[in-house]
Amino acid sequence: MLADFLLRAGLAGLGVALAAAPLGCFVVWRRMAYFGDATAHAALLGAALALVLDISLTLGVLVMALAMAAAVTGLARRLLAPDSVLGVAAHGALALGLVLLALTGRAGVDVEALLFGDVLAVGWSDLLVIWAGAAAILGLVLWRWSRLLCATVSSEIACAEGIDPARERLALAVAAGVLVAVAIKVVGALLVTAMLVIPAAAARPLARTPEAMALAAALIAAGSVGAGLGASVALDLPPGPAMVTAAAAAFAAGALAGRLWRRG
Amino acid sequence: MSLIEARGVGIDLGGRPVLRDVDFAIERGEIVTIVGPNGSGKTTFLRILIGALRPDRGRVIRAPALRIGHVPQRLAIDPTLPITAGRMIGLPRRRPAPQIAAALERVGLPGFAGRPLADLSGGQLQRVLLARAILGGADILILDEPTQSLDQPATAAFYLLVEELRRDTGCAVLMVSHDLHVVMGASDRVICLNGHVCCQGTPVAVSAAPEYRALFGTGTRGAFALYRHAHDHRHDGPQAGAADPAPAPAGGEG
Repeated sequence: MLADFLLRAGLAGLGVALAAAPLGCFVVWRRMAYFGDATAHAALLGAALALVLDISLTLGVLVMALAMAAAVTGLARRLLAPDSVLGVAAHGALALGLVLLALTGRAGVDVEALLFGDVLAVGWSDLLVIWAGAAAILGLVLWRWSRLLCATVSSEIACAEGIDPARERLALAVAAGVLVAVAIKVVGALLVTAMLVIPAAAARPLARTPEAMALAAALIAAGSVGAGLGASVALDLPPGPAMVTAAAAAFAAGALAGRLWRRG
Repeated sequence: MSLIEARGVGIDLGGRPVLRDVDFAIERGEIVTIVGPNGSGKTTFLRILIGALRPDRGRVIRAPALRIGHVPQRLAIDPTLPITAGRMIGLPRRRPAPQIAAALERVGLPGFAGRPLADLSGGQLQRVLLARAILGGADILILDEPTQSLDQPATAAFYLLVEELRRDTGCAVLMVSHDLHVVMGASDRVICLNGHVCCQGTPVAVSAAPEYRALFGTGTRGAFALYRHAHDHRHDGPQAGAADPAPAPAGGEG
């Protein structure tokens, strides 16, 4: 039934959007876009792992994304130029993942779906996994919100208040790893970071407090999912890229509105 | 017991010993200033005291349930993070708006709760951080070169405020500073740090110590002269002179 798969796609996109928006605010505030890329691209390594070990794709992706997130979180602290190292990790993981998928026999895996998502093929059981993961991410970020925010503003103030900044970094890494696992079917490994960064960036000119920015990002992300899905059906576009394009359009509109607002 | 005590603290950073055998203690209500040349480990020592760094040797003992009000040198707030002065004060624990407004008024920033942090001057930002610290009921304020970006009148006003807050709340104050002349007048005790504690004691005693003169005697003769003048001045009015910056510029001319 036509409406059924669309409903599942919409719900899957909504779950990812709501989980990604507040987490994405921290990715933007802490300049972790490359970290997001590295974590997301590890999904391809995870898919290869899942093939080799004959385990579920989601589990393989989750394990590799978590491992990558934890590794680069620790690595970036110890190195002088974390940006370039994260760049190497992000693109290295992407390339290595593609190579391993080719070596392990790509017959079992649709590489394009891994890269760009295939939200229209999401089943009810996938939807359950997506919403469970999204709820976990949202719960983690909201539970630790104040501590995360304090550690973001000043790691020294956080320490003085008895907050361990390393633990908060790890919380974000775990949340990002889970997000990659649940978003892989919706927007794919290449566009996960876009769902994190773009709605948050679009929300920035509209908000005066961190909480307002997270809320605005969630609304923009949800709207982008709806608009992208609609456009995808109407114009026969790939849904993942269409959702991200809608979010980018919202960013442009937000930047313009913010500029006019300040001038007016 | 002391609010914070360090026993034989040492740390190596990047394979280089930065601090060795530092013994330190600060009591309730005390104002202690750490002076020392660049790279002498002052900021590292503060970071150890607040728990941001773990010392390689020795240990740090904090009083149970000690509340530290930390005022860092600067905040690393990305321009993409929208945050008002009031929200900053409510980190990590939210506070009722009237309390935030009162704390801002106390530090001379009435009506600033809704102002974006990015729009504040360096001096205003330091005051917001002070308001945050006192609203949290800090037992000790830790200030890391709080007046680095301030001009002289703003610096003087800031130290005056710190001393008032100490008087009103009874908190201890531990600060790192380069404003030797002002700080000397306002401190109960000065610690001269250069990888280890060179000397410590009352401002008068420290400024007379050969170790201190070896570090600061020539390089900052101007500041030293200012200090001496301010100190001379303090004899005619101990309370007012303590944080009164006015004599300082006059001393510079003499």
